[in-house]
Amino acid sequence: MKRAFPILAVLTALLLAYAFYQALWVAPTDALQGDVYRIIYYHVPSAWTAFLLFFINFIASVEYLASAKPSTKRAAKWIVIAIGIAGCVAAYVVPLPAGIRPSAIAMTVLAIPAFYFLIGKYFPEQNLDLLAVTAAEVGVVFCTIVLVTGPIWARPVWGIWWAPGDIRLTSTLVLWLIYVSYLVLRRFSDSAQTQKLAAVLAVFGALDVPLVYFSIWFFRTQHPQPVIGGGGSMDPRMLHVLLISWMAFLCFAFLVCWLRYGLEKLRREVEEAEALESLLEPSGPAAQTSKARVPLSRGIL
Amino acid sequence: MRSFWSIALATLAKDIRLEWRSKDALNAMLFFSLLVVVIFVFSFDPLAEESRHIVGGLVWVAFLFAAVVALNQTWARELRNQVLDAYRVSPAAANALFLAKALGNFILVGLLEGLMAPLFVIFYNLRALGPAWQLIPVALLGTWALVVNGTFFAAMSIRTRSRELMLPLLLFPVSIPAVLGMVAGTTSILTGENPAHFWIVLLLTYDVVFTTACIGLFETVLQAE
Repeated sequence: MKRAFPILAVLTALLLAYAFYQALWVAPTDALQGDVYRIIYYHVPSAWTAFLLFFINFIASVEYLASAKPSTKRAAKWIVIAIGIAGCVAAYVVPLPAGIRPSAIAMTVLAIPAFYFLIGKYFPEQNLDLLAVTAAEVGVVFCTIVLVTGPIWARPVWGIWWAPGDIRLTSTLVLWLIYVSYLVLRRFSDSAQTQKLAAVLAVFGALDVPLVYFSIWFFRTQHPQPVIGGGGSMDPRMLHVLLISWMAFLCFAFLVCWLRYGLEKLRREVEEAEALESLLEPSGPAAQTSKARVPLSRGIL
Repeated sequence: MRSFWSIALATLAKDIRLEWRSKDALNAMLFFSLLVVVIFVFSFDPLAEESRHIVGGLVWVAFLFAAVVALNQTWARELRNQVLDAYRVSPAAANALFLAKALGNFILVGLLEGLMAPLFVIFYNLRALGPAWQLIPVALLGTWALVVNGTFFAAMSIRTRSRELMLPLLLFPVSIPAVLGMVAGTTSILTGENPAHFWIVLLLTYDVVFTTACIGLFETVLQAE
């Protein structure tokens, strides 16, 4: 696995360069917005990547909480399967607003059991929290890119930097706030309790997302809203570039997550070794040196 | 089941008695929200028509900040003499403690709202153009939304360094839909321009979802070691 890392890094760099070339030179210029629209090739892939990472954080947190007892683990497994089945049935039975296909809803709901079992298969219980913190940190970075590039695009196209009534803008901002508070909690709690408290907060944050979405959706109907450019249809060449760009961003996110995951794992191993060392020699010189090393390990975070 | 409620009621009665004798949290909250009202009066000097549009936000911002004062006190009291540790090792249900604390905060914040609401009416010359009775469900559901999550996050934040600072940082992002519901609901009742039903339903949904989540996860937080 170690040898695969530089290969993947080179491939990611090439893919990012290719996506950059495609976005700036190959993709056609938008008829209404001109060249300014090209920022979507960074904005939209970052948004998709951030949402995916937050989703992984949520699943890993639920799995971490469920792994406390065998009974909760079994219960969580069946609940996840039930959610998948119920969501698929509901998508075809419940009448949906125009423009939303039932298959899209079913696919989204099915992602919950799919990710749950994939993560459960490839990540042992003690590493679930590592995955959660990695996904949250990298997700916040990508979400920040979304929130910075959004207003840069909105200023020339909408004429305003920020539209408080817009549903996607505001719910992304709230999502970002929730995950920043998640990272703050991790930073400020003692290491023994961090994992459980953070997992609980991640569940609360995920429960909050649909409520945020619906509240802003209704709030919007009472407020003036800007014209949202690029409605439903998109030039297939543009979509093509967008997907290439997303692939590049996904590879990049994967690469960063890989590094961060390894670093966090190493940090915990060092912490455990130090704790063990100071237990074995409570009054010896080793205890003193390990004490001196603690701030260093904190510095990595 | 009887022992569950008797534990909850005993804890609630103890907290109320303590608060009644000391009046620490209530006095701090009352004075704090009074200061907020006065500062708002100086900052905005609106006509009656304008004030209907902004006062929903002002009222709830004042109550939100004041509630944090009470919520921070909730668990700090139990840390003295290791009461919380004793509770942790006792066989009593964790949720009985949680519900008692949440109800205690609900009563405290509700009392604050009852005392402060007339002041807002006086300072801003308020008169609701919509159905005023709907302010009661908005206030009750909104207060519960604040205190149920607030009590829960206060239990989380006492485990952290700089705990008084952590509570608002954890509570406010998750409370955004509830705050939006309270503010927009109050504004639409005061102005009478839009029906407030959606906001009452939203607050009710928020309350049900997060009360369930708090009850389901409180034991994990209490026992987190």
